[in-house]
Amino acid sequence: MSTFLGMPTAPRGVGHLRQTAPFPVAARAALADTQLRSNLAKATGTIRAKRAAVVSELPDWEQLRAAGQAIKAAAMADLGEYLVQLEAAVVARGGTVHWAGDANEANRIVTRLVRAAGAAEVVKVKSLATDEIGLNDALAGAGITAHETDLAELIVQLGHDRPSHILVPAIHRNRTEIRDIFRREMGDADPGLTDDPAALAEAARRHLRRLFLSAKVAVSGANFAVAETGTLCVLESEGNGRMCLTLPDTLITVMGIEKVIPAWADFGVFLQLLPRSSTGERMNPYTSMWTGVTPGDGPQAVHLVLLDNGRTAALADPAGREVLHCIRCSACLNVCPVYERTGGHAYGSVYPGPIGAVLSPQLTGIEDNASLPYASTLCGACYDACPVKINIPELLVHLRARHVEETQRRRLPSAEAVTMAAAAWAMGSPRRFGAAQRAGRAGRLLGRDGRIGALPPPLAAWTRARDAPAPPAQTFRQWWRTEHSPPQRPDAQPPDPRPAAQPGSQPGSGS
Amino acid sequence: MRIALFATCLADTLFPAAAQGTVMVLERLGHEVVFPAGQTCCGQMHVNTGYQREALPLIRRFVETFEPYELIVAPSGSCVGSVRHQHAMVARRLGDARLAARADAVAARSYELSELLVDVLGVEDVGAHFPHRVTYHPTCHSLRLLRVGEAPLRLLRRVSGLELVPLGDAEVCCGFGGTFAVKNGDVSTAMLADKMRNVLATRAEVCTAADSSCLMHIGGGLSRLRTGVRTVHLAEILASTAGSGADGPGW
Repeated sequence: MSTFLGMPTAPRGVGHLRQTAPFPVAARAALADTQLRSNLAKATGTIRAKRAAVVSELPDWEQLRAAGQAIKAAAMADLGEYLVQLEAAVVARGGTVHWAGDANEANRIVTRLVRAAGAAEVVKVKSLATDEIGLNDALAGAGITAHETDLAELIVQLGHDRPSHILVPAIHRNRTEIRDIFRREMGDADPGLTDDPAALAEAARRHLRRLFLSAKVAVSGANFAVAETGTLCVLESEGNGRMCLTLPDTLITVMGIEKVIPAWADFGVFLQLLPRSSTGERMNPYTSMWTGVTPGDGPQAVHLVLLDNGRTAALADPAGREVLHCIRCSACLNVCPVYERTGGHAYGSVYPGPIGAVLSPQLTGIEDNASLPYASTLCGACYDACPVKINIPELLVHLRARHVEETQRRRLPSAEAVTMAAAAWAMGSPRRFGAAQRAGRAGRLLGRDGRIGALPPPLAAWTRARDAPAPPAQTFRQWWRTEHSPPQRPDAQPPDPRPAAQPGSQPGSGS
Repeated sequence: MRIALFATCLADTLFPAAAQGTVMVLERLGHEVVFPAGQTCCGQMHVNTGYQREALPLIRRFVETFEPYELIVAPSGSCVGSVRHQHAMVARRLGDARLAARADAVAARSYELSELLVDVLGVEDVGAHFPHRVTYHPTCHSLRLLRVGEAPLRLLRRVSGLELVPLGDAEVCCGFGGTFAVKNGDVSTAMLADKMRNVLATRAEVCTAADSSCLMHIGGGLSRLRTGVRTVHLAEILASTAGSGADGPGW
C-alpha cells in the first residue's frame, strides 16, 4: 500500500489542478446560479441523448469497451518501454522529443522552443495538458501571447474565465453571454453582433483566420501517440486544429505520457469509441495524424513534450492507476448527476466531473484535492458510460480510503473519524448494536407524527432540507424475538406454522 | 427453502417494516426464514466513507454469521451490492486473502429480495394486494451494481389492485449517496429536488424502491414539503394482502 508514496506529484503554484475551495463550498455557489443550471441541464441532456443513440447502433459496443480497456491496461503495464519506442520512432522521422517531469519543466521547454522560433505569438489547439500545466500563463510571463483557436476555448479565454467541461469548455455560457464577451473582448468583432449562433461562429472564424495565417508556431495536445510508428493524433470538430497542425512552421505538442498506445491497429478500437462517447457522433469531422516531419509539407520543426506531472505517481498505485486509461471523452461528465448540477468550476481542476474527482487528487496528491473523492453518490452512471470501462466508483472508494489512512497516519484530529470508530465499535457485536438501538430510541422524543424536522450536527445537514424518520417503537430484532422466539440457530428446526403476520398490523411499521 | 435474512442495520433500526415484509412474503410462499442473531451491519457506510480498516471487523462478522447458510436475502440492493462488490475487495486490500475468499463465497449466495424472488425462486406473483397508485424508483445499486433489471417491476405488475405508473428520469440517482447526503448536503438536495419533481409528476400516492436508504432520502424530502406522497419499501407492498390493510410507514 505504500508503493505510491514518495513519487513526485504535480507541483503547487503552477497550472490548474487544484481546488481553491472544498467541493461542497464551491458547489453551493454553482447550485444557486440559475443560468448555469439551465445551461448545464440542457447541454448535458442533449449530448447524453446523442451518445445513447450512436452507441446503441453498435452491436459490439461492449466488446469495443473491453478491447479499449485491454489496450490501455497493456500500454500502462509497459509504459516505460512504449515511451522509449515512441521517442525512437518520432526521432527517426525527424521530430524532437523532450521529457518534462512536471508542469514547470514543460512550461520552460515550450517557452524556450517558441523563443527559439522567434515568435511572440502562438496559436493553440484545444489541449487539456497545456491547461493542466498553465502554459498560457507561463508564456504570457515570457511575453508570448497564446491564442486559443477552439471556439469554446476562445470564449473562455476572451471571457477571462476557466473551462468547465473537458470537451465543451464553455458549456456554462449561453449564446447571449457569448455575444457580450465577443463584443467586449474581440477587437475585430462587429459592435452590432447578434446572438445568432451562425453570426457568433462567423465572428470567431474571421477573428481566427488572421491568426492562423500569421502564426509561426502552434501548440497542441494529442489524443493518441502510436509507439510503433511515432504518429501523433488529434481529433476535433471545427477544423481549427487542422489549421494549427498544418500551417505554422513549428509545431509543439504537449502530451501526457499515458496517451501512448502500442500499435497503429489500436486506432481501430479508439476511433470508434472516442467520437461516439464524446460528441455523440459516429466520426468526428477532423482527425489529424502526423509522423515526424514531412519535407516541404506542414510544420518543418516538430516537437513532442512528454509530460509526467504526477502520472508516474498515479501509475505506482496498483489500485489507482486505472485512471490513466482515460481518453478524455467526457461521457462521464455528461451522465453525472452531480456534474449536471454543479458544472465544472466547483471541481477546481481542469479535469472536472467523475474522472476529475479520481484524476486530480492522484496527480496532485490527495491532500490538495481532498474533497473531490467525496463529490459523488457512487451511483455508477459514469462507469456504465466510460468507453474504456474505468471503474470510477471503485476508484473513488479507494481514494477515500487513501485519504482517511493518510489523515490517520498524520494523526490529524477528525470528528468524523471518532464517529466512524464509535459506529464500528457499536456494530462490532449484536449486544452493543442492540444497546445503541435502544439509546437511539430517545430520538422518538424529537419526532412528531413519525418524523423529525431538526437534528443536531452533523446530521443537521440532513434535516436542513429533509425530514428524518423517528425511530420506531420496536426494532426489527425486537419484533423477531417476540414473533419468532426462541432465537434460531443454523441447526434449528423449522418454526411451527403460524398465520402470516401483516405489515400494517405490526408495531413499528406504522407512524 | 431455508433462507437467512440479513435485515440490514438501517431497516433493523429505523425501517423494521421492510425486514418484516421480507419475512412475511417468503413465509407466505412456504419458505423458512431465519434471522441469524449475530448480524449487525455490512460495513458499507464505513467503506464508502474511507474507513476500510474499521469496516473489516464488520465484514468478518457478516461472513462468519452468514457462512452457514445456503441462501441469504436482504431488503436492500445497496447492502447486497456492498456484500458482492466490496467485502472481498476490502479484505484483499487489507491483506486478508482468506477472508476475501470466504466473502466471495458468501456473496455468491446473497441476494436482494426481488432478485431472490424472480431470478432464484422463479416467482412473480407473490399473492399481494395493494390498492394504490405507485411509482417505482430503481435505486442506483439495484440497477447498476446488481443489475436487477426488471425484477422489481415484474413483481409489482402482479400485485392486485396496484396501479403502476412509470417514473420520469427514473434511472437518475436521488442524491442520497450515504454520507454524501450530509457532506455534500446542497448537491444532494438539488438532486433530490429533481427526483421529487418526477415523483410528483406521476401523481402517485406511493413511491417504492428496494432500498430503505434511498427511500429515507426521497421520503424525507416528500415529508418535509408535506406532499402527501409516501415512500413504502417494495417488501412491504409485496407483503400486503387483501385483508391486511397495509399502509406502511406514513411519515
